[in-house]
Amino acid sequence: MAVITMRDALNDALREELARDPNVFLMGEEVAEYQGAYKVTRGLLQEFGAKRVIDTPITELGFAGLGVGAAMVGLRPIIEFMTFNFSILAADQMVNSAAKMLYMSGGQYKIPIVFRGPGGSAYQVSSQHSQALESWYAFFPGLKVVMPSTPADAKGLLKSAIRDDDPVIFIEQERMYGMKGEVPEDEDFTIPLGVADVKREGTDATIVARSLMVPTALKAAEELEKEGISCEVIDPRTIRPLDIDTIITSVQKTNRVVVAEESHPFCGVSAEITAEIQERAFDYLDAPVKRVSGVDVPMPYAKNLERLAIPDVPQIVAAVREVAYV
Amino acid sequence: MSSQTTDRRQDASASASVIDQPPTTPADAGALEEDRDTLVKIFQQMLLIRRFEEKCAESYSLGKIGGFCHLYIGQEAVGVGAISALRQDDYVITSYREHGQALAKGMSADAIMAELYGKATGCSKGKGGSMHLFDASVNFLGGHAIVGGQIALATGAAFASKYKETDQVTVCFFGEAAVNQGAFHESLNMAQLWRLPCIYLCENNMYGMGTSAQRAMSFQDIAAKACAYEMASEVVDGMDVMAMRQATQRAVERARKESLPTLLEARTYRYMGHSMSDPGKYRTRAEIEKYQERDPIKLFKVRLEENGMLTDDDVAAMEAEVREQVDRAAQFADESPEPAPEELMTNVYANPLR
Ligand SMILES: Cc1ncc(C[n+]2csc(CCOP(=O)(O)OP(=O)(O)O)c2C)c(N)n1
Repeated sequence: MAVITMRDALNDALREELARDPNVFLMGEEVAEYQGAYKVTRGLLQEFGAKRVIDTPITELGFAGLGVGAAMVGLRPIIEFMTFNFSILAADQMVNSAAKMLYMSGGQYKIPIVFRGPGGSAYQVSSQHSQALESWYAFFPGLKVVMPSTPADAKGLLKSAIRDDDPVIFIEQERMYGMKGEVPEDEDFTIPLGVADVKREGTDATIVARSLMVPTALKAAEELEKEGISCEVIDPRTIRPLDIDTIITSVQKTNRVVVAEESHPFCGVSAEITAEIQERAFDYLDAPVKRVSGVDVPMPYAKNLERLAIPDVPQIVAAVREVAYV
Repeated sequence: MSSQTTDRRQDASASASVIDQPPTTPADAGALEEDRDTLVKIFQQMLLIRRFEEKCAESYSLGKIGGFCHLYIGQEAVGVGAISALRQDDYVITSYREHGQALAKGMSADAIMAELYGKATGCSKGKGGSMHLFDASVNFLGGHAIVGGQIALATGAAFASKYKETDQVTVCFFGEAAVNQGAFHESLNMAQLWRLPCIYLCENNMYGMGTSAQRAMSFQDIAAKACAYEMASEVVDGMDVMAMRQATQRAVERARKESLPTLLEARTYRYMGHSMSDPGKYRTRAEIEKYQERDPIKLFKVRLEENGMLTDDDVAAMEAEVREQVDRAAQFADESPEPAPEELMTNVYANPLR
């Protein structure tokens, strides 16, 4: 297996799927001639031509909706948002059209589309350019929501998302593009949507984490190991469908849970996971479920405030100590 | 009817390379009708913005400014010329490329630089950064980071002026790429329909990030798009500060006296990349140099000198003054404290929840 960055793993997934299926095309701002604002689409224009790799005007609602329409009649669009912050302009097409089409049409029109791009907190770009929106999209039945935390997951999940017949929201953490890891080179390598991954086994507490919080949780687990606390780290990898069974199984083993996320806690994914745990594994809990979330404010610009707004290793360590009563 | 449609189409094909043509300003454009003090102040403002932004580039490279930082260098005549035509209590709203307009509207260089440095003394208390400068005391309604996002807000500010019968005018700056967004078209429709005192000022610098307008716009004659809403419009030489001032004066009069909107298209050029992180490889050196020959500051300086309003000594003195002001701002920003940690939680609600 090659050790490559998440950026290159995503690039490989796009290249392989564009090559595999002529109905797949890629569209978005600066994806072609500029080679991608974050260079995820580097080289794809040269390889597949301007018919399949398409630069758009800055009209998110328009090109997202165009993608949904094209999907209705047989193409498999991959729509890149320069960042998910701008998907908000396209939300009407994603929610009111893509998410509901199959249902409204009584199963006649499926929408095999992937909306992808960077999301989550970034580097000092303030409130309008730095936010984690997964809870938003996960709210809507009809949408699938994916957030990889390793280069291998990124590749395998993106390939599955492109092959999936439903609209998939695929959020890549902006700070993780340079992260390196082993990635299978096999063109048939995929990871099914809706299957959680145990990123680390442990016996004393479960940390449920996704995206950027996975490496953060793994570091926290290492520190806690030194204190004799053994943590299991579960990465659901897809928010919808959510592999709650894997999480429950882990909770039944460790009896203590911390849910870590970058996004806001209010009406968020951690609230959903916490509710599921108390419904399905209440009797197994030795402590209330603890959440570690992004602070419930818009993202500030100043470096020191930004640091405070995003969960870090010490916060997760402290939360695990709290549920472990140490 | 049909002949009109045909005419437009001919215009459209004729304008396939419209962005390469000199702007079509009226014959009297750019005349020096004002008194010397006004003209010199306009010159000084452009100079201040240029030096301020050169400092920004330097501070960004040193890591003192974070995030995205979009420089206005090359476009100074647009912001300064337009804002010079406004009353103090008129509103200005714009995009993320707003340091220059903020200075022209009368914001303090110290507070802007401190904001860029993420300091508590910044105009947005360090919470906004380069893309979100705000100052209610001078009716600067902010820099906005979502392309086209400010256009509807401007329409709302103009609506409010009419509602309150204040005769204030709103000027909304945006780039040519924003013209493709729905918000532009929705706003122009409402503004003309309801006769709102708003000036939509498109800064056509020909590139939206790495994409030239030719690759993103089916019809590049932006001013002509106003006809879809029966709105008055004008193309202005965005390198000529007087042309900008006078075109804006005409639009201000239309807004204040008749309560009617105007679409102005300023043809201009940005010398730097889209932001500090963009190497700008999509443009040739020759193209950049071609526009630098018509540098707005240089052009105006020559005209002032030719008209006996400015000497080399004046310019040298002004340069020294402006540089000192910028250095002071940088020093102020450097020495200012970071926001207190408690500030993370303030300003989320005007009436806090608990
Ligand atoms: C809705 C939205 N989409 C994409 C972006 C990313 N982006 C920021 S500026 C920009 C180019 C805009 O060009 P233009 O409107 O011409 O203004 P200029 O930068 O030339 O001043 C892009 C693509 C954004 N900020 N908002």
